[in-house]
Amino acid sequence: MTARDDILANIRRARGVAGGEAPRRAAVEERLARAPTGIIPARARGDAAHRLALFRARVEAASASFATVADAAAAPDEIARYLRDANLPATLRMGADPRLAALPWAGTAIEIARGASDGHDLNAVSFAFAGIAETGTLALVSGPDNPTTLNFLPDNHIVLIEAADVVADMETVWARLRERFGKGALPRVLNLVTGPSRSADIEQTLLLGAHGPRRLHVVLVGAGEIGRQD
Amino acid sequence: MGVVVTSPQFKDNARQAMADAPLQRALGHVRKNFIERRAAAAAGLPEFEALRDSARDIKNHTLAHLDLYLEEWERKVLAAGGHVHWARNAAEANRAIVDICKARGAKTVTKGKSMISEEIGLNDALAAAGVAAIETDLGEYIIQLRGEHPSHIIAPAVHLNKDQVESDFRRVHTHLPKERDLAEPTALLAEARAVLRQKFIEADVGITGANFLVAETGSSVIVTNEGNGDLTQTLPKVHVVIASIEKITPTMEDVAQLLRVLARSATGQEMSVYTTFSTGPRRPGDPDGPQEYHVVVLDNGRSSMLGGDFEDMLRCIRCGACMNHCPVYHAVGGHAYGWVYPGPMGSVLTPTLIGVDKAGHLPNASTFCGRCESVCPVRIPLPKMMRHWREREFERNLSPAALRSGLKLWAFFARRPALYRLATRLSTKALHLMGRTKGRFAKMPLASGWTDHRDLAAPQADTFQALWKQRRETR
Ligand code: SF4
Repeated sequence: MTARDDILANIRRARGVAGGEAPRRAAVEERLARAPTGIIPARARGDAAHRLALFRARVEAASASFATVADAAAAPDEIARYLRDANLPATLRMGADPRLAALPWAGTAIEIARGASDGHDLNAVSFAFAGIAETGTLALVSGPDNPTTLNFLPDNHIVLIEAADVVADMETVWARLRERFGKGALPRVLNLVTGPSRSADIEQTLLLGAHGPRRLHVVLVGAGEIGRQD
Repeated sequence: MGVVVTSPQFKDNARQAMADAPLQRALGHVRKNFIERRAAAAAGLPEFEALRDSARDIKNHTLAHLDLYLEEWERKVLAAGGHVHWARNAAEANRAIVDICKARGAKTVTKGKSMISEEIGLNDALAAAGVAAIETDLGEYIIQLRGEHPSHIIAPAVHLNKDQVESDFRRVHTHLPKERDLAEPTALLAEARAVLRQKFIEADVGITGANFLVAETGSSVIVTNEGNGDLTQTLPKVHVVIASIEKITPTMEDVAQLLRVLARSATGQEMSVYTTFSTGPRRPGDPDGPQEYHVVVLDNGRSSMLGGDFEDMLRCIRCGACMNHCPVYHAVGGHAYGWVYPGPMGSVLTPTLIGVDKAGHLPNASTFCGRCESVCPVRIPLPKMMRHWREREFERNLSPAALRSGLKLWAFFARRPALYRLATRLSTKALHLMGRTKGRFAKMPLASGWTDHRDLAAPQADTFQALWKQRRETR
């Protein structure tokens, strides 16, 4: 007997089942097909203004910084300002996302590099797939548009997100992923990112910048000014 | 170094731990920080208690259909181009991973934090095969430098103080200037970051654990704060996941439910910084990511727990809350438990995994204060299961003679619910004194350590029972 057969047989023996029983199979198929949502906290329920204000509040609570720009064309200037204010060199790595390629970078002094990171980049920018208001979380997907290495290797990670992509909760992101990638399928990597990297492994003292980015800057595109919500 | 089992010497371990001043200083952080942070997180979410019910129900449903979800999950992994290796026990799991490393000529592997890797003694198996394993979680890295094992399932170096870490870094990082300033924790963190960055880039294989394996999508999920797990699995050519069978979770929606209780229970965060879903290897057009994706799925005695007294333990999502709230853990730390899993969850799990003959003392390492169960996000009845072990241990006469009379007393109460309720509602100090006269608690090294706490925390179940009765009487 292979290990696989043995383990499955052991489980079935302990459960007192043969494995093929129709009601058990039906219960599993039904859950996988319907993917019932459980309890979704009420906090993110409400209109877009509430959602965006909550998103901002949770992003900041997770020790990330936050800015808004009226439209995408204003993003390069905001990023240039951010780098300047943080005393960072005007360099930036990005993937092939057409939304990034279309921006007027030439109007800034930023030196652009493209493609995955080999670990020698200080700054990177990505476009998020979605934002989760409930927890101030960014959802990023792998691929040439926004390489996964950019989420982890650079010291400073800047993430752009469209206001229309800020949704209430994880479950809404799952629905959008199914729409984009198909039912039961995911991109190679889905990163949910809530704030910059940290560790509390030394005397339970929370320190930012463990192995991932030391700073995370979120730029919300196309929402106008967002009120603070605490 | 192997996982040397010292659980049979629990009492000696405990006595030593109580006299270890640096350890006691370090344990002070557990008592304060973890408890306060979890309490604030739970209070900040009105749906938290309902989510705990939901998390429990998802786990129960999954365990009832575990064979079918495992098959479905495997089908999805294969469809995404990944490989699945089934392992009945530690030896098979180690062999599978060593074989993967050898076939690729791997010299070094980086590792994300994985308790299963500790359980199977993976680092030793790799070392024996000539492969150097480098732990990359900061806490794991520190204890690897010291040749130690984790003393906590989510904060492996929680037993250490800053100055201990500093002297280890000075001892090992000899390529750095002697006169560098490491007084601040930030300097230690920066040094570890720089040293490990190079290791991530050089590694041939990256090994991570998994918090969840998703049947719907064939994904493995890791939940971390540092980002080391992501660098471990993104940069090398090969990503190997090692996970046990009960990590299976049916759908993405189910994962969302569990995530909402996991970080809150563990560190008091709403979400950990990085929650990463990985599905198969690099795809056409991907500019980064591993070329191979393997999952080693381990049983190691778990399938035999199904349908028995300890099935509920398989709901555990390894959040650490039970040990963070345990007066015994606070008093002795994790190493005293003598194997991989400490605290209440370890007291229940360790005897099932390494045998009650070796770990029979552990279920006695309890005050039955009920705090572990009251914070467990998947509502595992930990005190009840420790009682199961004690009964079995008693029946099998494994306890040292000196303990037997005390256990008889305890069993006498336990079999008479009305009496037991009465006794536990009496001042716990009185119970302690009663134990002492019978030579029970006086034998235990922790008596004063935990009786202090017992005064603070009335047993949860009893409080509930009393309230319930009151309610019924007032109707
Ligand atoms: S037993 Fe419960 S509280 Fe303890 S680690 Fe497991 S899930 Fe967390």
